[in-house]
Amino acid sequence: MHYFWAFVVGGALCVIGQLLIDLTALTPARILVLFVVSGVALSALGWYRPLAEFAGAGATVPLLGFGHLLAQGVVAAVERHGLLGALTGGFSAAAGGIAASLVCGVAASLAARSKDQC
Amino acid sequence: MKLSKQEYDRMNRQASPPSPVAKDCLWAFFVGGAICLLGEVLRTAYGRAGFILTDASALTSITLVALSAVLTALGWYQKLASRAGAGTLVPITGFANAVVSPAIEYRVEGLVTGVGAKMFVIAGPVIVWGMMASVVWGVVYYFLRPMMGG
Repeated sequence: MHYFWAFVVGGALCVIGQLLIDLTALTPARILVLFVVSGVALSALGWYRPLAEFAGAGATVPLLGFGHLLAQGVVAAVERHGLLGALTGGFSAAAGGIAASLVCGVAASLAARSKDQC
Repeated sequence: MKLSKQEYDRMNRQASPPSPVAKDCLWAFFVGGAICLLGEVLRTAYGRAGFILTDASALTSITLVALSAVLTALGWYQKLASRAGAGTLVPITGFANAVVSPAIEYRVEGLVTGVGAKMFVIAGPVIVWGMMASVVWGVVYYFLRPMMGG
């Protein structure tokens, strides 16, 4: 059953993004920023954790979940290190995803050729 | 030919294709849902393999990022994205695509000023504003915590 809810909730969050693309003049970069910042805000309000527990990857894979990850990381780091944690928590929590994107980006740039050049 | 405004509106509606919004949303729902479903399958598999929840989630993100990078390098992710729209943009695979695409595109400008500088041209703002939001929340949480009885 958790597979079903991951599919439905994840799909629904993507539909929100699609409506923003179709009905507003927001560019994809702005939508991504909006999703991540909203994720931080929803997590700070305590509303995202129940969704993440309910829908699993349906809530954590969309970029709202990335914001939730940052907010959770910062809370855990403030608990442990005080005010310093406000600076270290976000990047610590997001390090895996960001570093993986970075490594993949460099690897792909070395392995693939841009279509425009051929 | 003289037309009243109502007549013109009616003719305009007949001539225009049906609203693409519903179709776009269906594509976004099914493709985005499928990516999240794959994420849930991975997360469950990593959990069964003995990883704790946070590690399983991180490994799921990393796996999806790597998968998206391969599909982007092959040019398949962009093809899917032209149909699926936000279905491929909103999941973490879209973030990875936003990093890998410019990395490949700007390779001609060199490894430092091309790949290094331009790789985060789209994903950079996400990190900047996501981090800013998390730092603000961290400071707020620090001062709120004593009041919450923590």
